[in-house]
Amino acid sequence: MELKLNVNGRNIKADVPTEMLLVELLRERLGLTGTHIGCDTSQCGACVVHVDGVSVKSCTMLAVAAEGTRVVSIEGLSGPGGGNALHPMQVAFHENHGLQCGFCTPGMIMSAIDFAGRHTAPTEAEVRHWLEGNMCRCTGYQNIVASILAGTAAIHAETSTSSMEAA
Amino acid sequence: MQGFTYHRPTSVADAVVLLQSEGASGIAGGMTLLPVMKHRLATPLALVDLSGIAALGGIEVDGETLTIGAMVRHVAVADSPVVAAAIPALAALAAGIGDPAVRNRGTIGGVLANADPSADYPAAVAGLGATIVTDRREIAAEAMFTGLFATVLAPGELIVAVKFPVPLAAAYAKFRSPASRYAIVGVFVARFAAGVRVAVTGARPSVFRVPEMEAALSARFDPAALAGIAIPPDGLNGDIHAEPAFRAHLVGVMAARAVAAAGSGAA
Ligand SMILES: Cc1cc2nc3c(=O)[nH]c(=O)nc-3n(C[C@H](O)[C@H](O)[C@H](O)COP(=O)(O)OP(=O)(O)OC[C@H]3O[C@@H](n4cnc5c(N)ncnc54)[C@H](O)[C@@H]3O)c2cc1C
Ligand code: FES
Ligand code: FES
Repeated sequence: MELKLNVNGRNIKADVPTEMLLVELLRERLGLTGTHIGCDTSQCGACVVHVDGVSVKSCTMLAVAAEGTRVVSIEGLSGPGGGNALHPMQVAFHENHGLQCGFCTPGMIMSAIDFAGRHTAPTEAEVRHWLEGNMCRCTGYQNIVASILAGTAAIHAETSTSSMEAA
Repeated sequence: MQGFTYHRPTSVADAVVLLQSEGASGIAGGMTLLPVMKHRLATPLALVDLSGIAALGGIEVDGETLTIGAMVRHVAVADSPVVAAAIPALAALAAGIGDPAVRNRGTIGGVLANADPSADYPAAVAGLGATIVTDRREIAAEAMFTGLFATVLAPGELIVAVKFPVPLAAAYAKFRSPASRYAIVGVFVARFAAGVRVAVTGARPSVFRVPEMEAALSARFDPAALAGIAIPPDGLNGDIHAEPAFRAHLVGVMAARAVAAAGSGAA
């Protein structure tokens, strides 16, 4: 089936089988292997991407259902043109040692950015509640929670500075 | 997954026609259907995606009735100021389903059609005495769920909306599975002028009401009124998470918590 969507700022046209999952489109067709597959029960969250700004499990969405949407995967965070500039949430994970093997990290970061968009001054309990759909087998979550609190603060500090500049 | 033809109709009438074809299945959020298809427990020949049908959306209050469209996602119920004003317990229930990504896709119609014994919404439907509106009729809460993953819906019948009577007070208390977040036992309590309703999910193959608790709470809406009302464990679900006797105990505990929350106005 013919499919048109925008992935990480690029307009994509692809002819895909109806049963292809969004995660398969990203990984196998577009070579965006940063989005991981950690389970087949829709529970682990390693596959989380943003579809029209909202976090979804890309293993539990048909590629054809993403027709006309804007998808952002972990590769799209550093902005158009790629490069090595990290997103503030990625910086926070780096600085707070929020990963060990890194398998869960792309999904954690995509979920965390959706969280930051909905919370300006979150509590630790809110972060932990939000992470119910993201599993990590290494870290014990402590540093992930610290990363998300720091990343959320950094994102809001950045937006308030840029809106001050704009004013 | 096995291949299928894919349709995305924009009207209820077109969807109903497409659902008549051999092996056709509707797909809403896909949060249950796609995992089931991955395991080949369902192999539909055609999928009818319901997400393009505007008539299945929308949340509105009209007098004493809150109407929620079948395709309304859990996140929209959780965040809706209209739901928060009319039935805050329902917004809180939706906010406690699964995890954020599940809530961003999963829909109320999908949950009710699927009739998982541990799903949350059936407790609200039975507890509030809701009406399920389909493309062809209205189904009373009592008639909707007929057993494990079973409803009275005919093949190809489409849920269009759910109409919830607005109670004086209500609350939902759930003892959640730490792994899946589904209810091991969930109890929805609603107080109306005509009396109190108590509905339990997670404990039997499908949702049920507890007349003894309803009578006691209608006389006195206080957790203490539940003292001495025991739920017999016979016929209750048992699994690695909770044996029937533990579930029976949890029904009492969750009911008391729900009454306390409803009584204090917090839900
Ligand atoms: C990790 C995880 C955790 C979860 N935790 C919880 C939880 O804590 N509590 C809870 O209640 N649920 C939970 N769920 C289930 C979730 O709420 C799903 O959204 C729900 O079971 C199915 O809704 P859906 O919109 O995704 O339906 P789909 O998966 O798209 O469809 C399910 C079935 O319903 C049918 N259907 C869908 N819409 C209609 C309609 N309008 N009319 C007729 N038939 C229809 C479909 O044909 C299909 O047979 C969880 C799911 C996952 C993956
Ligand atoms: S791969 Fe585990 S939730 Fe998507
Ligand atoms: S860092 Fe290894 S799974 Fe999270």
